[in-house]
Amino acid sequence: MASNLIPLRSLPPGRFALLVELKGQRAFRRRLLELGLLPGTTVRLLRRSDVHNLVEIVVRGCHLSLRHSEAGQILVDLQDE
Amino acid sequence: MSSTLAGSPLVVIAGNPNTGKTTLFNHLTGLELKVGNYPGITIDRHSGHLQLPGAGNVTLVDVPGTYSLSARSEEEQIALLATCGVAPYPRPDLVVVVVDATQLTRNLYLVLQLIEVNAPVLVALNMTDMLPGRSERIEVDALQAALGVPVVPIAALKNQGLGDLRQAMDKALADPASSRPGTRWPFGGETLTDLQAIEKLVPDPWCHGDPERRRAIAAWALLSVDENDELKGIPEPLREGVMARREGAAQAGRDIDTELVARRYDWIDAHEGSFLFHDGPAPRTWTQRIDSVLLNPLYGFPIFLTVMGVLFQTLFTGADPLIGGVESLFGWISSKVSANMPEGIFRDFITEGLIAGVGSVVVFLPQILLLFLFISVMEATGYMARVAFLMDRLMKLMGLHGRAFVPMLSGFACAIPAIMATRTMERRRERMVTMLVVPLMTCSARLPVYTLIIATLFPPQRFWGMPVQALLMVAMYLFSTVIALLAAAVLSRTLLKGPSVPLILELPPYRMPDFRRVIQEMWSKGKVFLSEAGGVILVCTVALWFLLSFPRTPELGRDFGSERATAEAIASEPERLSMLDKLNHEESSAQLQASYAGQLGRAIEPAIAPLGFDWKIGIGLIGSFAAREVFVSTMGLVYGVGAEVDEGSVPLRTRMRAESRPNGKPVYSPLAGFSLLVFFALACQCMSTVAVVKRETNSWHWPLFMLGYMTVLAWVASFVVYQGGLLLGIGGGG
Repeated sequence: MASNLIPLRSLPPGRFALLVELKGQRAFRRRLLELGLLPGTTVRLLRRSDVHNLVEIVVRGCHLSLRHSEAGQILVDLQDE
Repeated sequence: MSSTLAGSPLVVIAGNPNTGKTTLFNHLTGLELKVGNYPGITIDRHSGHLQLPGAGNVTLVDVPGTYSLSARSEEEQIALLATCGVAPYPRPDLVVVVVDATQLTRNLYLVLQLIEVNAPVLVALNMTDMLPGRSERIEVDALQAALGVPVVPIAALKNQGLGDLRQAMDKALADPASSRPGTRWPFGGETLTDLQAIEKLVPDPWCHGDPERRRAIAAWALLSVDENDELKGIPEPLREGVMARREGAAQAGRDIDTELVARRYDWIDAHEGSFLFHDGPAPRTWTQRIDSVLLNPLYGFPIFLTVMGVLFQTLFTGADPLIGGVESLFGWISSKVSANMPEGIFRDFITEGLIAGVGSVVVFLPQILLLFLFISVMEATGYMARVAFLMDRLMKLMGLHGRAFVPMLSGFACAIPAIMATRTMERRRERMVTMLVVPLMTCSARLPVYTLIIATLFPPQRFWGMPVQALLMVAMYLFSTVIALLAAAVLSRTLLKGPSVPLILELPPYRMPDFRRVIQEMWSKGKVFLSEAGGVILVCTVALWFLLSFPRTPELGRDFGSERATAEAIASEPERLSMLDKLNHEESSAQLQASYAGQLGRAIEPAIAPLGFDWKIGIGLIGSFAAREVFVSTMGLVYGVGAEVDEGSVPLRTRMRAESRPNGKPVYSPLAGFSLLVFFALACQCMSTVAVVKRETNSWHWPLFMLGYMTVLAWVASFVVYQGGLLLGIGGGG
């Protein structure tokens, strides 16, 4: 299990993962927590746009966009297909 | 908060962003909705009234859209203060939370927080009409039973369920206990110990003697207060207590934030199964299909550029006939009044001061209305969030958010609506940076000035096959854009430096805009501009008129009366008329040169001489504070070719080319022309901009700073251009 731990930005588009840890500044972490990104929550990467330096994720039915650098601070556990 | 009548119940409307809160607000209050500011903060605050059979006349006030009560800035703090009724906010009798039924889980988080603070809560479950399309179903009775507060399903856009909502509001107001069930997700363990320690430090007036609310505000403080927050009115003991508790928890390897938030989501996760049902897999939504085109890495950007190009072109050219219409309307009024009043100072005051002043305010309306039409359509459809998505990477380089793009682009048309448009930016620091650099963009009022200078001084030659005059115009646009972006980069790294806030952008589903709301938004922006910035602009116009027309009967050094009498005697009619015309222009020129503005022009000459400007240009600079294009007509007056000239006037150009310095060299050398172009590009020659920044920042501090930094920038740049040019021997006039 632990070997599947990757930053959210490296999640292949369309795949599901379980959120394990939020790093980064408190304001960022708190905002994500309050949007429902708690440890154990299912996250899906919808699209990654390298041109715009953003990823779009779906959490609890809500679409959010994050910068690559910040999506790198979210550690997830990739779920088997 | 004077809108609250004594004894009239107060209902506060809260909710996440993009939940249709304002649409509901409109439907409930009808046409008499008012837009004002929250105390001390320039964020739109809607208020209105509603008649209920039982409660009578109810006052409705909204709270800025928020995902949570917790806050890190003064703006976000409004949510807690307004729902709990902490001074200066009055205590509400009911809080209606608008919930997006298609994003139920996330929306319930705010509902839970409101139940925790023990405010009387009523849930308006909006957008229920969208659920079947998502294969979702919500059992309202079960949701109501789980939450313990009344829940009313509505579809605000389609005007469904509003009668039920009114009834439920009336019932809740009559029986507040029915909407205050108390918290059923108590905090325990070490979190509870932390809360108990902080509870004692929460000021009594915030709690209204309610121990539940005291605990909830303690939880709020633990989540909100830290060394970087920008909250207002947090007592020092409370702040210190929170910091100590957080530090203690961190040392023990605990994270209070996660503990507090998880408690609420755990409760939601545990109960969701009883009221939210998925009837089959979620179908691919329209939003996903549209986004796969609009946010496509390959063609998303060209589509975006096309949309923005059309928007800007419409703003630029669409407003033009309307502006012309406003100008001729006020010209017509002025001439009518003029014809019906005895000649003299009072008539001049009415026509050239007052009527022209009101005209100079109203003339902004077409662009303001058009821009806000676009902005509210983009907001309502959800495209604005995509603009922020597409532009974030570029704007981040300037220390800005993707949302700064639309105000910056609008700055090419006019800084006034562009500055008002910065209200769509949630973060104050970035909003300030954008506001301060928008006036550097080449607005449409600069064009007549550029045209006049370029046409006068630069021959219609070609340079590598391209017309020099057009190239210069394009260069001015590029120059202003680069300088504005650089200024933003510098300001956001120095004066307005702050912790960089990560981008968490919600991409809401695309929706049809509510056109009633769009029109209302447009109208309210126009009204706010007229009532709040219009006054300052009017006063400044009258003051400038005074400077340019007084003292009234100065010693002109020439006897125009007798010269006119001589001219009257000329036999040939065309010759006589042209002589009289010439005398009139020369007299107004002499009058202007002797006016206070003329004296000021002479007084500032030492300061502007190093830039290549003489005192007559100085008068033009003073006059152009009314609006930059006024420079053209002021120069027409100064040079005695009449005020009715435009930038295409051949006599004015000829006269300017002939104007010479005491040493015989021309005033308007190409080098001095460059210097003047640069000065107009950078200087804040626009009192309306100053007035609008004053209104948007609620202080004189920022508008004066803006005036100062832009003037210094303009002076230094023109100095470098002119003196540098002289050193290089490019040839000036001096």
